Amino acid sequence: MNKMIAAVSLVFLTASSLAGAADWSGKVLKLGVDPTYPPLEYKNQDGTLTGFGVDIAEALCAELKARCVWVESSWDGMIPALLARKFDAVASSMTITPKRLEQIAFTDKVSNAPARLVAKRGSGLQPTLESLKGKRIGVEQGSTQESYAKAVWGSKGVDVLSYQNQDQVYADLVVGRLDASLQGSIQASYGFLKTAAGQDYEFAGATLEDPGFFGVGDGLGLRKGDVALREDLNKALATILANGTYARINDKYFDFDVYGVR
Amino acid sequence: MLLEGFGPQILLGTLATVKLALCSLLIAVLAGLIGASSKLSSNRLLRALAAGYTTVIRSMPDLVIMLLLFFSLQMLLNRITDWLGITQIDIDPFLAGVVTLAFIYGAYFTETFRGAFQAVPAGQIEAARAYGMTRGETFRKVLFPQMLRHALPGIGNNWQVLIKSTALVSIIGLTDVVKATQDAGKGSMQFFYFTLVGGLIYLAITTVSNGVLLWLERRYSVGVRKAAL
Amino acid sequence: MTAILESYWQSYLWSDGPHFSGLVVTLWLLILAVAMGFLLAVPLSMARVSHNPLLRLPIWCYTYVFRGTPLYIQLLFFYTGVYSLHVVRSQDFLNAFFRDGFNCTVLAFGLNTCAYMTEIFAGAIRATAHGEVEAASAYGMSRFTLYRRIILPSALRRALPFFSNEVILMLHSTSVAFTATVPDLLKIARDVNSATYASFTAFGIAGVLYAACAFFLIWLFRRGELHWLAYLKPRTH
Repeated sequence: MNKMIAAVSLVFLTASSLAGAADWSGKVLKLGVDPTYPPLEYKNQDGTLTGFGVDIAEALCAELKARCVWVESSWDGMIPALLARKFDAVASSMTITPKRLEQIAFTDKVSNAPARLVAKRGSGLQPTLESLKGKRIGVEQGSTQESYAKAVWGSKGVDVLSYQNQDQVYADLVVGRLDASLQGSIQASYGFLKTAAGQDYEFAGATLEDPGFFGVGDGLGLRKGDVALREDLNKALATILANGTYARINDKYFDFDVYGVR
Repeated sequence: MLLEGFGPQILLGTLATVKLALCSLLIAVLAGLIGASSKLSSNRLLRALAAGYTTVIRSMPDLVIMLLLFFSLQMLLNRITDWLGITQIDIDPFLAGVVTLAFIYGAYFTETFRGAFQAVPAGQIEAARAYGMTRGETFRKVLFPQMLRHALPGIGNNWQVLIKSTALVSIIGLTDVVKATQDAGKGSMQFFYFTLVGGLIYLAITTVSNGVLLWLERRYSVGVRKAAL
Repeated sequence: MTAILESYWQSYLWSDGPHFSGLVVTLWLLILAVAMGFLLAVPLSMARVSHNPLLRLPIWCYTYVFRGTPLYIQLLFFYTGVYSLHVVRSQDFLNAFFRDGFNCTVLAFGLNTCAYMTEIFAGAIRATAHGEVEAASAYGMSRFTLYRRIILPSALRRALPFFSNEVILMLHSTSVAFTATVPDLLKIARDVNSATYASFTAFGIAGVLYAACAFFLIWLFRRGELHWLAYLKPRTH
C-alpha cells in the first residue's frame, strides 16, 4: 500500500518539477493554530507549541523548504483571520465540511477524527435523543459538534451549552456542571481521558457519523485563491505519507492509524 | 512554591497587561487631544466627525468594538495596502489590543479634554494674546498647563477603567494576566486560587495607579487654593 | 447583510429556538443585576458613611476590591473559581445555585454594580445639606426616620445622573456574559461570525442593538431627571 503511494507521489513529484511548482524555499508560511486541542495542537508547560497537527505542519513546511511561523488564534476567529490574511493556512485540524468549503479551500485529508460523546464512567449515556433528554451537553463555540448538537439535540429537549474553548468544557465536565461533552474523539482521548483529570470519564457510545455536519476528515484550511499553495501542500502531504515521515509522527502520538481509511 | 511553578508565566502575563495598558493610554491621550481640538474647532466637518466618533464609541460595549475591530481591521487594512500596492501590514493580538483600546478610550479622553479646555477662563487666553504671545506660545505656556490640571481627575478615571478593560483582550487571544492565571488554574485544577491571584494582581496595579494619580494631582494643583471648609 | 438579518434576526432579538437568546437575555441580565445592585446599595451606602469603623471599613473594603478588579475576572471567579471548590458542590443549595451559569453571572454583575452604586449613593448622602439634617434632628426625628424621610429621598434623586451612567456602563458590561455560557447578544454575534464569516455585519448588528438600548435608557433617565430633579433647576421666572 505504502509502496503504491510512494510510486504515485514520485510521479507527482516529477510532474510538479516539470510544471514548475511555486518555489517556497526560504519563504515564510504563516500557520494559524488554536493550541487548546491536545494531542493535535497544544502547548507544553514552557509555552512551546506541540502536537500531532503541529508536527505534521512542520513536516509539510520542511518538505516545501518554507519557514513556518505559527500564529495563535481563537477557534471561532480562525476562518475570518485566514480570509484577513493574518496567516496563510489553518493548521489546526479543521474538519472539511460543505459549509466551510463555501468560504475557504482545503488540502487533502490529513487525518480523520470523528466526533464522540464523553461522560462519567458508568453513566450509561448514549448519543441518542432518548438517552440525552434533559441532560446538559457541552460543546465548543463555532465547532462542527456545536452545529450538530444544536441542530439534532438542542431543539428536542437536550440542554446544549456552548463554551468559549474546549478547556472550559472539560473543566465544567469535571466539576459536574455538564453531564457529557461532544468533541473530536482523538482530542477527547488524549486531551482529556488519558490525563489525570479525565480518569473517571469514558467514551459514551459509538462515534457519530454525519458527513453533512462532520465532513470527511481534517485538513489544512486555505484561501480559495491560493491554488499553487494548495497543490504544493497536497504534494508535500503525499510525500510525507509515502516516505514514512507521517507514520513516524503518527506513532509518536497515537497507537492507531489516525489517517483513517486510505 | 506559592504559584506552583506558574510564576514566570504569570509574571510575563502581568508585564503584557501593563505594557498593553500603557501603550494604549499613550495613543488614547493623543487621540483624545486631536478629538478635543476637532470638537472645539470652527470647522463644522471636523466637529461632526468628532461628535460621531465619541457618540458611536461610547454607546457600544468595549468588547463588541474590540471584536469588530479585531476581525474587520485587518480586512480593511489589506484593502488599503493592496490598493496602494505595498506589502501587507500584520496586526498581531498585542497591536490589535493597543489599537482597539486606544480607539475606544480616545473617545473618552476627547470628552475629558474638551471639558478641561473649556474650563480654562477665556480671560487667560485674551491676556496672553494681549502680552503679544503667538497662538503656539499661548497654547504651550498658558492653555495646556492649566487644561491639564482640570483634566487630571478625568484622566485618572479613564486610566482606571482602561486597565480593567485590558482583561478583555485575553478573549481575542493575547496572553495577558487573565489568560496566564486561567492557564495556571487549568494546569493545576485550582481555578479558585489562581482566579484570586489574577484579581489580586489587578488590585495591586490599580492601587499603585491610585497613589501615582494622587501625587500627580497634588503636583499640578500647586498654587491652587482650596476653599477652607 | 439582508441575508444575515433574515436568518438570524430572531436569535439576535429573543430566541435561538429552544432557548431565549440575544437581546432579551442581555436585558434580563441587566434588569436583575441593577435591581440586586440597587437594593443592596441603599443600606450599604448608609453603612459606608457611618461613623462606626466596624460598619464603614468592611464596606469600604468591598467596594475597593470590586471597583479595583475587572468584572471579567469577577465573573470567572464566581463561575469557574467558586464552583471548583468541593465545599460548594457538596452543599445542595449552593450546588444548585452555582451550577447554573446564569446565576453566577447575575451574582457577579449584581455585586459589581452594587459596589459602584454604593459609592455613588454614599457620595450623595455626604453631600446632603447639613442644615436639613440639623433641622430634622431638631424636630426629634430618629436616625431611621431621618434617613427615610430626609436624607434618602433627596440623596437618591441627586444621585440619579450618576446612577443612570452606571446603568449604561452595566449594559455594556453584560457583553462578557458568554464567559459563563449565557447566550447573550454578543454570543449570537459570535455565532453569526463563525457561521458566515461576515465579521463586520455580525458584530455591527450587535453594536447597533446595544447602542439603541443605551440611547433608549438615556432618554428614559432624562425623562426621570426632568421629573424628579425639577426642583434643582435654575428658576426661570
